[in-house]
Amino acid sequence: MSLPTVYIPALLRTLTGGRASVEVEGATVRQVIDNLEQAWPGVRERLLDEGKLRPNISVAVDGEVTPMGLIEAVGPASEVHFIAAIKGGVSAPNPYQRL
Amino acid sequence: MKTQEYTVIGTRPIRHDGVDKVTGRALYGADFQMAGLLFGHILRSPHAHARIRRIDTSKAEQLPGVKAVVTADDFPQVAERMVDLGEGDTPLSYARGNVLAKGKALYQGHAIAAVAATSVHVAEEAAGLIEVDYEVLPCVLTAPEAMRDNAPILHDDLKTKELGEQTERVSNVAEHFRYAMGDLDAGLAQADVIVEREFHTATVHQGYIEPHNATALWNNDGRILVWCSTQGAFVVRDVTACLLDVPASRVRVTPMEIGGGFGGKIPVYLEPVAALLSKKTGKPVKLVMSRKDVFEGSGPTPGSYIKVKIGARKDGRITAAQAYLAYEAGAYPGAMVAPGAMCVFAAYDISNVVIDGFDVVVNKPSTAAYRAPGATNAAFATESVVDEVAEKLGMDPLDFRLKNAAKEGTRRADGPKYRRVGCVEVIEAMKNHPHYSAPLGGPHRGRGVAIGFWFNVGLPSSCTISVSADGTVNLVEGSTDIGGTRTSIAMQAAEVLGISAEAVRPTVVDTDSVGFTAVTGGSRTTFATGWAAYEAAQDILRQMKERAAKIWETDAASVAVERGVFRSGERSMTFQELAGRLDQTGGPVVGRGAVNPRGVGGSFSGCIADVEVDPETGKVTILRFTSAQDAGKAIHPSYVEGQMQGGSVQGIGWALNEEYYMSDGGSMMNSSLLDYRMPTALDLPMIDTAIVEVPNPGHPFGARGVGEANIVPPPGAIANAIYRAAGVRMNRLPMNPPAIMQAIWSQRD
Repeated sequence: MSLPTVYIPALLRTLTGGRASVEVEGATVRQVIDNLEQAWPGVRERLLDEGKLRPNISVAVDGEVTPMGLIEAVGPASEVHFIAAIKGGVSAPNPYQRL
Repeated sequence: MKTQEYTVIGTRPIRHDGVDKVTGRALYGADFQMAGLLFGHILRSPHAHARIRRIDTSKAEQLPGVKAVVTADDFPQVAERMVDLGEGDTPLSYARGNVLAKGKALYQGHAIAAVAATSVHVAEEAAGLIEVDYEVLPCVLTAPEAMRDNAPILHDDLKTKELGEQTERVSNVAEHFRYAMGDLDAGLAQADVIVEREFHTATVHQGYIEPHNATALWNNDGRILVWCSTQGAFVVRDVTACLLDVPASRVRVTPMEIGGGFGGKIPVYLEPVAALLSKKTGKPVKLVMSRKDVFEGSGPTPGSYIKVKIGARKDGRITAAQAYLAYEAGAYPGAMVAPGAMCVFAAYDISNVVIDGFDVVVNKPSTAAYRAPGATNAAFATESVVDEVAEKLGMDPLDFRLKNAAKEGTRRADGPKYRRVGCVEVIEAMKNHPHYSAPLGGPHRGRGVAIGFWFNVGLPSSCTISVSADGTVNLVEGSTDIGGTRTSIAMQAAEVLGISAEAVRPTVVDTDSVGFTAVTGGSRTTFATGWAAYEAAQDILRQMKERAAKIWETDAASVAVERGVFRSGERSMTFQELAGRLDQTGGPVVGRGAVNPRGVGGSFSGCIADVEVDPETGKVTILRFTSAQDAGKAIHPSYVEGQMQGGSVQGIGWALNEEYYMSDGGSMMNSSLLDYRMPTALDLPMIDTAIVEVPNPGHPFGARGVGEANIVPPPGAIANAIYRAAGVRMNRLPMNPPAIMQAIWSQRD
């Protein structure tokens, strides 16, 4: 059975023993993160703050940054990436938020 | 739909707002008038970095004609908290602090206080009577300086974040992130040629012709009404509500016509201040920036320090690449370094990559988006190094790029794989263009090429369409029209409905009158709001099929529609005929479309630049310039060409002239359009265009946003052209005459 492939951000690879990508179960981004946490404790805290994706992080599923965030569906053959969110001046919302 | 089936898409109708624009009847924010209107003026900091010990407004308040003075203390006093202004959580104090400084002035031009008076002259005089006691502090103006251990610190509470990990060191580095893919060292070990260079780019302003402006009325019913020049009325609504601590439903924002934005009219500067002044006076208050205010008090694009290393084999394949990008955020965190990092090698298929990005605060205005924000800086560095690698390998610069070009399935260093993209097709269009093989025709002349990428965005858009009895339709949308998007959006509705573009009347309305629509930015408007119009038009067709079925006493399922003609069996009726019978068949027909679309297609762009360098003065003349860009499907080719030409000209400005020229004390020395030298029509040749169409499979008509990628390659192309003309590799923007002469003299030495 194939599992979603999660690409680990470079600065989090200390938590995954240097692995750049891992396969974990999960039908949504939230479930994927929960299962990552089970295997590599500490990952969730780096990605989430009070149950939400941290402001400086976006999630892409199958190559497309999703506006759905944690509730985005993830398929068995999906690729999941956590990337830096694009931000503009703090004085205003940005068009590229959640790129 | 297939390309050849389109009747409206791909044509060049006259823009709906054209007559009002060319006859001067279009209403811009500064034109706004209202009974009882007061005029405001903002006092700005003369210091780049200073503690504000005390502000005394008493003399200003006593001046006849002055109705109110406000400072940051007039914001509702609420505890510090994180607020989500649409880009994730930000400290409320930062968000407010850029609108009116509290405690510290962080750049010259930082707003300190504001006055409302019966005339703009009285307001200006009164602002001069406000006494501010400053403790002037040392300032820091560039990212490398701000990153040093002993640098002056802007924010005592700012600690570096590293992808969710909060370090404990107070620093000017707000954030560090890294993208890594493959094995960099192994990739470099495979290389026969390695080139590593450092680059600096200057702070540059978007240079929109219309200054920021805002009029606000805090109405007696508690509602706040705003009229302003903005790329996103809903942004203004939400930010104004947040900073004033009122529900967003109490704010209505009406976007006036806009005289340019390029990303710089997304941030909010004046609206909350005008609202505070209106609350104090009970009158509407208008604030209009001067050009000096625009330069010193609004957000330019970040200056940057970039280091790029690229290795390649003798066969022309790039084996590894590394980038270090430190971007100036200005006074508050939020430099566009993440997109710079995502774009720095985006045009190439490279297996082994490491990219480090740093968001660094400095004592300059808080930076804002500017057309492919972050990407132009990065591409200048990459395209210069790519050119040098190609030269060392003895390869044609376009052949080298073609051999390494990103394509469908290429994985970018930040992770995602490309879907169908047009990088190869853009390079081929450049190679096949007559410009590339034309003789240069003289000494001291050179030709350079470069390519670039911008990924574009989707984000929410809404619109409604109502059918009139005469067969025309009214299209209501919330996207500020900067580059002709009323027409490009209307054309997509017209294509679906089978009517002419002229039969669609598009109107941009206030925030009470249309569903949420994100900003006009990110090359998203023709893509996303056009998609909303497509959906609204489909909704119209569904309803009108039901009306036709009623008239023909049949099932709606038996009614087909093609090119504006409804048919069922032998019977047929045109859109116009059916529109005239809506009242008899159930009343008005209104369609709605609301989208938050996926399927965003990134756009590649490239350019060919011919220059002549005067060896005595260093002056660069652009002799010929061609821009090529993948538009997916060009909805309105004239507007696509306009975007390509506009982006190219701005890129030429970055390359040759534009910069914030700062004194050691942090004062901008050239804050006028006389001294801040943007290219004019007299400086440039006709910008030739080559539209490449690789349809975006993620959009109903195959459209890709085209507003941004075109600004990315020009500085790199011009640097490469200068090298071939004068023999010097430039590593600093702008490449103005003193910089070029310095490079020539250094080489002679």
